[in-house]
This record gives sequence, C-alpha cells and structure tokens, in this order.
Amino acid sequence: MTHRQKKMIAAVTVCSLAWGIAPAANAMHIMEGYLPVSYCIAWGVLSLPFLAAGLMKIRKTLDENRRALTLLAMSGAFIFVISSLKIPSVTGSCSHMTGTGLGAILFGPCTVSILGVIVLIFQAILLAHGGLTSLGANTFSMAVAGPFLSYGIYLLGRKCKLSRLMTVFLAAFLGNLFTYCVTSVQLALAFPSQAGGAAASAVKFLGVFAPTQLPLAVVEGLLTAAVVVCLEAYAKPELKSVGYLTEVQAYGKEA
Amino acid sequence: MEKKHKKLLVVLIIAAVLIAAVPFLALKGAEFGGSDDAGSAMAEQIHGEYEPWFTPVLESLIGGEIPGEIESLLFCVQTGIGVGIIAFFLGRLYERRKLGKDDAEL
Repeated sequence: MTHRQKKMIAAVTVCSLAWGIAPAANAMHIMEGYLPVSYCIAWGVLSLPFLAAGLMKIRKTLDENRRALTLLAMSGAFIFVISSLKIPSVTGSCSHMTGTGLGAILFGPCTVSILGVIVLIFQAILLAHGGLTSLGANTFSMAVAGPFLSYGIYLLGRKCKLSRLMTVFLAAFLGNLFTYCVTSVQLALAFPSQAGGAAASAVKFLGVFAPTQLPLAVVEGLLTAAVVVCLEAYAKPELKSVGYLTEVQAYGKEA
Repeated sequence: MEKKHKKLLVVLIIAAVLIAAVPFLALKGAEFGGSDDAGSAMAEQIHGEYEPWFTPVLESLIGGEIPGEIESLLFCVQTGIGVGIIAFFLGRLYERRKLGKDDAEL
C-alpha cells in the first residue's frame, strides 16, 4: 500500500469513527432533534453494517488497484459539490441533490455509503443541516437506500441493453428520488398521523418532498451523465480498472 | 474528446441550468425556503407542537442560529472543496491525454 492510500484510508477511518462515537443517528436532511431517540438509534444501527462493508470494500479496492483512487476521490468530490447546491424548484422551495449515483455506478453501493456519510457529517457539524442525532436515518436514506437503488437500476439497464448514458441518467435520477421517498417514510414512521397512521402521514410527507425533488432529480441525472461523458473521454484506463468500461463493452454497445 | 461528446456535454449542462433557472424566474414572489423546513413544518402539523430535543452542535456552541452569511460561506466551502478535487483530477487526466501518455498511472 502506498503512502497516499494509507493517508486516504486513515482519513476515512477517522471520519467513520467520529460518526460511530456520536451519540445518535442522522438521516438525510431530517433536521437535528426531530426524530425521537429510539428512531435515531435504530436507523444508525441499521446503517452500520453498510458502513462497515463500505470500509472493507474501499480498502480492498485500493489495495488491489491504485488507479481507482482517482475515481474514488472524484466520486466523493462530486457528492460534496452536488449536495452543497441548493436548487430552486417548481414548488417555490429549494432543495438539493445527493450526488451518490456516480459513486454507486462506479464502485457499488457500499463504497458510496462511506463517501456519503463523510458529507453528511460535514453538513451536520458545520452547517446545522441534517444533524448528528439524525445522522443514522440520513445515512440510511442518502448513503444506503439511494445508492443501492442506483446500482440496481444500473445493473438492470445494462441487462436491458439500454444505452450507457441513459442507464447512468436513470440510475442517478431514480436514486435521488428514492432517497427522498425513504426520508418521507422515515419521518412518517416517527410522526404517524392520528387519522390514518404512518401510511397516511407518509403520503403527506411525500407530498411535500416529491414535487420539489422531481426536477432536481432530473438535474442530478443530467449532471451525473455529464461527468460520466468527461470520464469516458479522459479516464478510460481508470474506468476499465474499476470494471465500468469492460462491463459495458461486454454487452456490445459502442466502445 | 470527440465533437459529438462535446455537443452532448453542452446540451446536458444547459438543460440542467434551465431546469434550475426557470422556476426561479417564473415564480415571482416565491420564498424558496428549504424543503427540509417544509418537512419539519409538516411534522408539526401532523403531530402538534414538536420540540426538537437536540440543537445542532455549532448552534449550541455559538448560542444561536448560524447567521445566513456564514451559512452560505460554509456551503461555498463545501462546494469549493468538491470542485477543487474534481478540477485537479480532471486537469491531470486532460494533460495526460495531451501528452499522449494515456496508460500512465496518475
């Protein structure tokens, strides 16, 4: 392992440790203190195995393949950029995107959990956005559920022989939407409505998030596709080394 | 980068910008508050008054809300970190292609 890799892994480890020590959980943009304690802990515990798997996966990837570091750093940076931009939407309120689709497509969902949780911690501590107590729940929606769906869509698109960029677009687009669906359900479970229970309140929360999020999900899909176009032009060896290009070429679309 | 890809890239970026810009220009007088806040408001509507049981670390540290200007500064820092990393690597990748060393490791 080279020096740089060691540093990278150390940084990732510190971040995840800091998260582990933090008293409770934080879900994608459920605000600090808004989830009851038991839910915070439950979502946190639920996310932990994915984070552990992610750490091991990152370590393994970098051990085997130094080229992957470039793409890993870029995927992480992409999440940083994308999730810092609050975009106005048709409903007259703002929201921001997740950016986790790119990493999920290139490295698989577990690796992205680690990248996502770093961003969530950054926002929870410095920006009072999301929160340390809701970190577990936010991690589950943004860094686990969303990436898993993205990855699933990506695999599916490949199987159905959709064009490469279309697949990337759909994966990022649906992953983003799914993140917010999960957030709605998380809020609904914690705040079941008196009339219809959790299901009724899930519909209400979805009503708040979905119309705002839909155009943003499209933007996320477009931007992810744009980055992939750049990477395909200039980073072919790296893409091959993480298995992205060979897989695609195997199904016979244009190289 | 091939011409076809360059065109595609421009189209993608313009489309993304338009989707963001059109609501902003079209919806006059909209507040554009955060949808996270809308979510919290909904929680209160469903559940009655809900007292958050934990305040963000930084807010309890400074004893109040983070001022808007500082918050946008911190968001910019986040964007800056990300863009810096992406631009750094993209620049190296671009230069590698230009020097004809496509197979060299970065």
